[in-house]
Amino acid sequence: MARTEKKKDVVIVGLGWTGSILGMELAQDGLEIVALERGHDQNTVPDFQFPNMIDELKYGVRLGMMQKPRNSTVTIRRSDSETALPYRSLGSFLPGNGVGGAGTHWNGLNWRPMLSEYRLRSYVEERWGAGIIPEDMNLQDYPVTYDELEPFFDRFEHVAGISGKAGNIKGQIVEGGNPFEAPRSRDYPMPAMPSTWDGAKFGEVTKSMGYHPFPRPGGIASQAYVNEYGMQMGPCNHCGFCERFGCYNYSKSSPQTAILDALKRKPNFEYRTHAEVLRVEMAADGKTATGVTYFDEKTQEEVFQPADLVILAAYQLHNVHLMLLSGIGQPYDPATGEGVTGRNYAYQMNGGYTLFFKDEVFNPFIGTGANGMTIDDFGIDNIDFGKEGFIGGAYISAGQSNGQPIRSMALPKGTPSWGAGWKEGIGEWYGHSMSIGSHGSHMAYRGNHLDLDPTYKDRHGRPLMRMTFNWNNNDIRMTQFMKSKIEPIAQALNPTSMQEGFKKEGAMYDVRPYQTTHNVGGSVMGADPKTSAVNRYLQAWDKHNIFVLGAGAFPQNTQYNPTGMVGGLAYWAAHAIRTDYLRNPRPLV
Amino acid sequence: MRDLPGLPSRRSFLKASAATAAVAGIVTNAKAEQKPEPVALTEYKPDCLKPTEWAFVMAAVARLIPSEGDGPGAIEARVPVFIDMQLAGDYGKAADWYMQGPHEADASPLRGWQTPLTPLEIYQQAIPVFDEWCKATHGKIFAELDAETQDKALTSLQKDEMKIKPELRDFFTILLGNTKEGYFADPMYGGNHGMQAWKYIGFPGARGSYKEWVLKHNVKYPLGPVSISGERA
Repeated sequence: MARTEKKKDVVIVGLGWTGSILGMELAQDGLEIVALERGHDQNTVPDFQFPNMIDELKYGVRLGMMQKPRNSTVTIRRSDSETALPYRSLGSFLPGNGVGGAGTHWNGLNWRPMLSEYRLRSYVEERWGAGIIPEDMNLQDYPVTYDELEPFFDRFEHVAGISGKAGNIKGQIVEGGNPFEAPRSRDYPMPAMPSTWDGAKFGEVTKSMGYHPFPRPGGIASQAYVNEYGMQMGPCNHCGFCERFGCYNYSKSSPQTAILDALKRKPNFEYRTHAEVLRVEMAADGKTATGVTYFDEKTQEEVFQPADLVILAAYQLHNVHLMLLSGIGQPYDPATGEGVTGRNYAYQMNGGYTLFFKDEVFNPFIGTGANGMTIDDFGIDNIDFGKEGFIGGAYISAGQSNGQPIRSMALPKGTPSWGAGWKEGIGEWYGHSMSIGSHGSHMAYRGNHLDLDPTYKDRHGRPLMRMTFNWNNNDIRMTQFMKSKIEPIAQALNPTSMQEGFKKEGAMYDVRPYQTTHNVGGSVMGADPKTSAVNRYLQAWDKHNIFVLGAGAFPQNTQYNPTGMVGGLAYWAAHAIRTDYLRNPRPLV
Repeated sequence: MRDLPGLPSRRSFLKASAATAAVAGIVTNAKAEQKPEPVALTEYKPDCLKPTEWAFVMAAVARLIPSEGDGPGAIEARVPVFIDMQLAGDYGKAADWYMQGPHEADASPLRGWQTPLTPLEIYQQAIPVFDEWCKATHGKIFAELDAETQDKALTSLQKDEMKIKPELRDFFTILLGNTKEGYFADPMYGGNHGMQAWKYIGFPGARGSYKEWVLKHNVKYPLGPVSISGERA
């Protein structure tokens, strides 16, 4: 029998970046708020302490900070003719677990999308005509402009503590920054981090080739910093343990370093851990939510938490899963193209070259998640889609993030995978290689989507969510284009040898190797309720007191890491709730 | 104590660590942090592996990362202890993984772990299958073959020449993966004994602080490794 908790004004599902931001913003209006986090509590001390945190086996390999598939996972198939099978052990993507979520174990790379990305369909139609859009591509505009979002990107960057070098301040191009970025109202809150040798080499050679290198922006503190909530960051010591780890040094931007201590001091904010939300409950008229039901791990019972406002702030996959389980938005059907929830699931298309230098020393263990130099000369705004035969773009970078030897042991092709030859190879080549990577956009297609699995259940008896996903030729042409641009850069560095890793035509989705945790879409924002699940304020079209945060809102993926956009959209939605919705709760569009 | 081929004696370890400390020039503080020498591999009582399984793991890792040549072999690094401890723990039990059926063990390998078996169960079931194959093909079980034939047999296993059943097909992959993990993981997990693998490649382990070296481009970092439990080299 379910217990019922005292009613709150707001219930927040998940306490990562977006849950923390919404908690902080709405707490300032005096609302009574509870955040429900399915995982454990964790903080810099004691959970991320040196030296126990920098343990490659526990966190890098056994994935100690990630969700346990035993508790929560998806099934995956490459097409609707295949039977989906459970994602039993983590590989391709790594959703986080516990307070802070993926914002705790990320690399820190922080971007704003390029100008064309907010209105990609309109941009393509204006420049080349709708005829170049592949028949099965669900290309859509964001229902919000860059100018509208700019103050909120700026706000997130200053809360999160991003180090970087502006390239365009109010239309003025700044030497040394990214000249192709959308104009920003002011510089980053902290100067850029220094780069290791690999990034420096890449910067020099690309500059000599006429490209425009700039330091990669990221949530890694380059100096002492205090944000608007009074939260402090200290300068990074380049330990080389960002992605998959919590930061022991208060240097990596995360909900813990940027928001949570300040939020926990608010008397009207409360959070409960080991509280996994099972479904959102609806009023009899079906037009609003009445709260959520969660499973309380401590008392082993279901609990109903009534609330006037429901904020879905879990990871993208879990938000969409909850929507499908709770009847928020009509489920998407790829056969008819109708329905919105689960529509436009997209990913990221990355590739790269590894370069070996017999006589150079890279000290690969010196790194950060946002280390190095980038060029955006082949960013999405700079590509003639009509001429090149694809829609998309990528940023290209070099900058080592870690030298952890179990996972980061690049060896020249032909080195045996074991035996005396392997041992000789690791002695000869560890610390003598660098990589140049492209990080590219990924479009949304009619077939790639999320729905409920007919067979597999989770530990609460709920159907697992089913991911139908495969690579598409458009994005493969994009990544092959990037290969053709990176190859001359790599050759100009004159390595002893080099090898490529780019997807080729016919590539099938392989769930085993880590690719990226940039799962997007499924709860897409849009101007048309027929092709989007939430409106421009991230408000569910059909249930006005539910807001759905996170990268699920992306109509297709941008060429960048998603956190900057996720943070900007969270502040944008919080602003709409605070200044408009609370006064008069209703559909805002 | 008996010295087996490929197995280091206590004496050779002491010689090796004294030599390393002298070379590194940080003799005094390094010495103070040395741990007592653990039990010899031949005397080790496995947590979960049975004697035939232990004998196989000892023999297999000695070929996957052999002792000859520069750098430690898997035996010097005590990789078998690591594998035994991992298989006895959450990893061996697939404790974190979604293991509910139905299982489609023969699905495309691109679709990830689909066997109903845990890593420990794969070791337990695959070792006898592989030993039988070695006996039928090469006349003896794996651990009793000479090194050259062992290498041939492992290559056959890697290429799946014996057509092992799909439930066990990841055996070579996890055996090799676990061997490398044990070679490079922090010594507190039983392998990478004396941080020898880190010293060999030049990984400073858990130092975690390199701010002053970021801009020393193309200049080798000078310090040897430290471990999570405070060993210094």
